[in-house]
Amino acid sequence: MTVERLDQCFAACRAEKRPALVIYLTVGDPSVDDSVACALAALAAGADILELGVPFSDPSADGPVIAAASQRAIRAGGSLRAALEVARRVRLESGAPLVLFSYVNPLIAFGEERLPTALAAAGVDAVLVVDLPPEEGTALRAGLLRESLAVVPLIAPTTDPERERLVLEGARGFAYYVSATGVTGLGDAPLSTAARRARAIADKSSLPVVVGFGVDGPEKAQLLARAGVDGVVVGSAIVKAIAAEPDGAARVQAVTALVSSLRRALV
Amino acid sequence: MTALGYYGEFGGRFVAETLVPALAQLERAVHEIVLREPFQREWRDLLSSYVGRPTPLWRAERLSRAVDPSGDLLGELWLKREDLCHTGAHKINNALGQVLLAKKLGKTRVIAETGAGQHGVATATAAAMMGLPCAVYMGAVDVARQAPNVARMRLLGARVLPVESGSRTLKDAMNEALRDWVTHVADTHYCVGSAAGPHPYPMLVAELQRVIGDEARAEWAEGPGGLPDTVVACVGGGSNAIGMFRAFISDPVELYGVEAAGEGLDTERHAATLTRGRVGVLHGARTLVLSDDDGQILEAHSVSAGLDYPGVGPEHAALLRSGRAKYLAVTDAEAVAALHLVARTEGILVALETAHAFAGLPAIARAEHARLGRPARVALCLSGRGDKDLATVAEHTP
Ligand SMILES: Cc1ncc(COP(=O)(O)O)c(C=O)c1O
Repeated sequence: MTVERLDQCFAACRAEKRPALVIYLTVGDPSVDDSVACALAALAAGADILELGVPFSDPSADGPVIAAASQRAIRAGGSLRAALEVARRVRLESGAPLVLFSYVNPLIAFGEERLPTALAAAGVDAVLVVDLPPEEGTALRAGLLRESLAVVPLIAPTTDPERERLVLEGARGFAYYVSATGVTGLGDAPLSTAARRARAIADKSSLPVVVGFGVDGPEKAQLLARAGVDGVVVGSAIVKAIAAEPDGAARVQAVTALVSSLRRALV
Repeated sequence: MTALGYYGEFGGRFVAETLVPALAQLERAVHEIVLREPFQREWRDLLSSYVGRPTPLWRAERLSRAVDPSGDLLGELWLKREDLCHTGAHKINNALGQVLLAKKLGKTRVIAETGAGQHGVATATAAAMMGLPCAVYMGAVDVARQAPNVARMRLLGARVLPVESGSRTLKDAMNEALRDWVTHVADTHYCVGSAAGPHPYPMLVAELQRVIGDEARAEWAEGPGGLPDTVVACVGGGSNAIGMFRAFISDPVELYGVEAAGEGLDTERHAATLTRGRVGVLHGARTLVLSDDDGQILEAHSVSAGLDYPGVGPEHAALLRSGRAKYLAVTDAEAVAALHLVARTEGILVALETAHAFAGLPAIARAEHARLGRPARVALCLSGRGDKDLATVAEHTP
């Protein structure tokens, strides 16, 4: 499956004339079991793609919400190995695309050589590495491609057209447009501008382009949907909803409610 | 160094896409501005009239006899007096160069991370002198233990922003500075304080610090004569050490870096990245880092805030791998004892960071004697003065 799973998912969403809903959560916050339950709840409530975030001690591209979740998750046993476990357990019950979201150091510590087969065996379809621009990680990329895993390229507002071509070279699955210069969890990302740029990239590259950073609820998701983007990523809002609840059942309920409202906003 | 900023297998540019264009711009500016004559002239004028360069080379006779009473192991010991720079440490060489560059690039704001506060003070000083607003991120633990420097930065008009995340020390200050930079990248220059971080910072900072070694080499030729046998410097991120090493790298001179063993290499409380680290990525560079099996960065520990960092500049990792430089680690207690010894024998109160270089002398002198078959002539980088450390030293003195 792997890359094809993503292709099928975006094709299905396009047939329904709506963007794909991509939901991020930090693995291990507040526990690995919670992450499995919340992931399954998100899928049941209408998420199309899951991003499983590997917690990292020094998440310098993340804002306070995800940074704090990472700290909690590490204390609770969250790690790349835990993310593989969550992927395996979700994969038993769902055919949805799973994206591993990580900083590069946990991948190096795990072993860049054995990582691709471990990811494929766990049912992961794609990898998004925050701090791995296209100039870096040649060997890792090659290994992932051999297992038919997609490496998701990131494009930012500061990426000029020439770099954009470099970033997208050979990309499969989808691309991720970062809506604003800043860290995750921003309140005031310029989403209309972001949607225009994401669509322009998608037109040129014939790759689906999702928009993330600053989508904090149904209203902004709807704005992006109306602007015709291929996918909408919601991260900090989900993490915040999970963190606000005192027990597992309430957390599942909160995820279900938020994801349902996001999904309704997209049709 | 390769085009992508690699020293052997170390270095590179591991940052979020948003920052890559800014780093590429900075890299162009290093070649098209910093390394060219007009900038070099302006910066060197400032180094002489504002910083007080060249700094002298001082012969530490009483200290060498105290370290080695026989005189059989340690020959002449000369100190490169970076403590005599304006603001009291080598950090000003780099800060002046980067703030001057920020002005030329039209940036309207500078930010910095700091551990000991020396780089924060240096950046605040350069920003005040050139009329740019300045914000300095500093771990809350360091804000407490380096209070005099916090007061100095505020007097200089900088905003000091205490960082409460993670270990609340230098690495967390650097995370927060990176977050600020990614948010304000269009108008802000991030003035990195050591020869660490993503390309081109390790190379830019080394270029701005090599003035230390270039001067020392010329002064040695004029004074003691010829070349030293051995060059010694402390290593936090590695900027004073690389600044010293650069000038001697093609010479038959042994290079020694001394890092912080904290409470001991066999405890979990040390900052000996080169001695005990593994390959990883921290703050934008592939280098040696203190990290666990899951790739989580470990908290470093050192009595010295400026060495309390779980990473190190990539060029040092490469010099270790190639064997061109040697590295050892000394404990908190050894560093504090060395600080006392230097004060009493030479009348110089050195920074706790610098004290690590002194504390490495007995072991280095033994190794060099074994290599040379005679007492070694040693040049040591006295990277900064210790006024900022009075409270910490009092606390750690039995
Ligand atoms: C006096 C002094 N020496 C050394 C250092 C360590 O930094 P580096 O290894 O970059 O020279 C510091 C850092 O704060 C310092 O203040």
